Amino acid sequence: MKDFQVKKEAKKYDAVIVGSGAGGGMAAYVLAKAGLKVCMLEAGAMYDPATDSAQLKNPWESPRRGASTKFRPFGDFDGCYWGWEIDGEPYTKAEGTEWDWWRARMLGGRTNHWGRISLRFGPKDFKHKSIDGLGEDWPIGYEDVKPYYDRVDRLIGVFGTNEGLEDEPDGVFLPPPLPRLHELMIKKAATGIGIPVIPSRLSVLTKKINDERGQCFYCAQCGRSCKAYADFSSSSCLVKPAVETGNLDVIPHAMAREVITNSEGLATGVSYVDTLDMQDYQVDGRVVILAASACESARLLLNSVSRRHPNGLANSSDVVGKYLHDSTGAAMGGVLPHLMGRKRYNEDGVGGMHVYTPWWLDNKKLDFPRGYHIEYWGGMQQPAYGFGWGIENLNGKMQVHGKTKEAGGYGKSLKDDYRFMYGAGVGMAGRGEAIAFEHNYCEIDPNVVDKYGIPVLRFNVKHSDYEINQAKHMNETFKEIMHEMGAVITWGGDNGPHNKWGLENPGKIIHEAGTVRMGNDPKRSALNKWSQAHDCKNLFCVDGGQFVSQADKNITWTIMALSMRASEYIVDQMKKQNL
Amino acid sequence: MDRRESFKAIVLGAVSSAILLESCGTKTEENVAEVIETPAGEPGRMPEEVAHQEAVSSKTFFAEHEMATITLLANIIIPADEKSGNAEEAGVPEFIEFIVKDKPEFQTPMRSGLKWLDIECLNRFEKAFKDCDEKQQMQVVDAIAYPQKAAPEMKKGVAFFSLMRNLTATGFFTSEMGVKDLGYEGNRPNLWKGVPDEVLKEYNLAYTEKELRECVRYDDLA
Repeated sequence: MKDFQVKKEAKKYDAVIVGSGAGGGMAAYVLAKAGLKVCMLEAGAMYDPATDSAQLKNPWESPRRGASTKFRPFGDFDGCYWGWEIDGEPYTKAEGTEWDWWRARMLGGRTNHWGRISLRFGPKDFKHKSIDGLGEDWPIGYEDVKPYYDRVDRLIGVFGTNEGLEDEPDGVFLPPPLPRLHELMIKKAATGIGIPVIPSRLSVLTKKINDERGQCFYCAQCGRSCKAYADFSSSSCLVKPAVETGNLDVIPHAMAREVITNSEGLATGVSYVDTLDMQDYQVDGRVVILAASACESARLLLNSVSRRHPNGLANSSDVVGKYLHDSTGAAMGGVLPHLMGRKRYNEDGVGGMHVYTPWWLDNKKLDFPRGYHIEYWGGMQQPAYGFGWGIENLNGKMQVHGKTKEAGGYGKSLKDDYRFMYGAGVGMAGRGEAIAFEHNYCEIDPNVVDKYGIPVLRFNVKHSDYEINQAKHMNETFKEIMHEMGAVITWGGDNGPHNKWGLENPGKIIHEAGTVRMGNDPKRSALNKWSQAHDCKNLFCVDGGQFVSQADKNITWTIMALSMRASEYIVDQMKKQNL
Repeated sequence: MDRRESFKAIVLGAVSSAILLESCGTKTEENVAEVIETPAGEPGRMPEEVAHQEAVSSKTFFAEHEMATITLLANIIIPADEKSGNAEEAGVPEFIEFIVKDKPEFQTPMRSGLKWLDIECLNRFEKAFKDCDEKQQMQVVDAIAYPQKAAPEMKKGVAFFSLMRNLTATGFFTSEMGVKDLGYEGNRPNLWKGVPDEVLKEYNLAYTEKELRECVRYDDLA
């Protein structure tokens, strides 16, 4: 991808996009393909999985054997630059509240390493207030988004199966991979107690879909990003082809400072700091599209204060930053004694689970209002840092080759324990829907700026009993499945009220959403149903910020569908000279 | 690990991937040499990471005496057997030296643990651990290697030995020798065609007709 520099008197673009992840990448793709001149600002470095991925490296090629660093919290081979903390870019939290904020700084953002779990929202997910009275209904329904989901499925590629489930809509699927051994065991155990297990839905190409991208070769390393472009990353699948149209210029190392507006209150462009030379620049466009992540987009709007927009841009409703929520998460792990000493073969598969459990119960009969899905893992994975850790808590409880040993130990006998137990691990995690509450929010911290002098976010988020009760239910479900499988629980089994049932801090599941929500009422929402600001018609937000609620689904597929929808609306409105 | 060594390993890794994927063109010996000479161009690494790596690698944490003790313990924990070599041969002591610099939270437990071991040996045998004979060494190791049956006053030693065991196992089984020993067969391009038939039979499992109909099989490919 080409390098170039923009000076202050740069060419005027049709659109300026802030952020290059799922939302920004899709907007760039649609607009550039439509012939518009587009400029994309990315706060991090250029990145191309074909040359930059650590795919197929062996653990010993990392001196830390794949262990995490602050630069790579998911491990040394992970495909994401930065994560929970970034040098010189702090954020703060109100006392007594929790929010862990993941930030990627690279072309493609988090999509380079995400789990590729590509779930559509179902009809109920857009109208949940009508069902349980909580939160808010979306101004759009499944039927509005379905055509875009279908097109995202075809454009990006996703495997799965049409199961005819009401709230897990059918899609345009590639064939899924067959379940692994432990997944067959999970399926047998769970379905036996009424918990469905169906093929997962991941944006991984089990079949080739075009000449630009390869077919999956089953190394299980989607998290490192794929050199063959056989899974979805915004960098490889959207930004790259958009650049190839000649209509998209990408400016890396560009940290957006604020959206510039004119005397009529319309957006004229974006000012940014070049993170390498620390100078300020400005790039102008007919429309400005925010896709910097839910919280970064909210931060940018709140920092864009002007005479016409004294409360921050697109914020006359005062909702920007509010209704912040993340998926809930709790997990449990164990070992399957009958898998010990198992026959070796390559069971890498795709980078993630081959089966999952969609939400299967009726919340009206439960003490929490929204559902969760279950993700699974296990088997003979590539050994990495942490391998064998804590065997002293395990090998005294297991029969090794028919004998029970004293826990701990050393020597040939211990060495054989590791071999014997390898590949017998199994685990599961719930990912559920949290309620979007007005009192969970981020705002500008009046006292703290980052190293670019940009005021930072202060978070104020707490879980409610709804989320905690949901996590309790997850734990009970996990225990049942583990029991049915004959697994020995090795962690998570002692979750309880003392630790909110293992419920992760909000933010930790990295599905932030809700901070720039859409709605029909300009007094209660920042955007209209086209992801367009009520207060500023040439400003759009196409990331998780626009979400009214986030369902018990991972949000990436919906971000892309909504970004495609908003981008086509922009093209249409420009043709009609409304923008 | 020697810095130059580590870059060489990374570059060679990239070359082998290129061959496997046929997507990066062919690299020659000259390219490899060039990359080694200009490590700043290492793809897919942030400058901050490269600087961190250099800072960590340029320091030495353990004294010679400590490294000798670590090596002895690592080889007691993972000795050579009929299948593979010992921890030392797999580079475990070097890994431990690196990881305690990379994860400084290990420094105090490791250093104080090594000291505890020497003091225990001094009290028992008037010698540091590494200078004790094998029988003496094993006597102390036996007192701290089994958390459930260790005497209460051995608690600190037990915690240290467990940490040593964990670091040694992780270092060994993530080395080339250890991965081979485990029999991990992945990390190479292939086509997933499901669990082998004989394994399904062993566990009395079978794919359903629905799975066989809907899932990708690659039967048309050899």
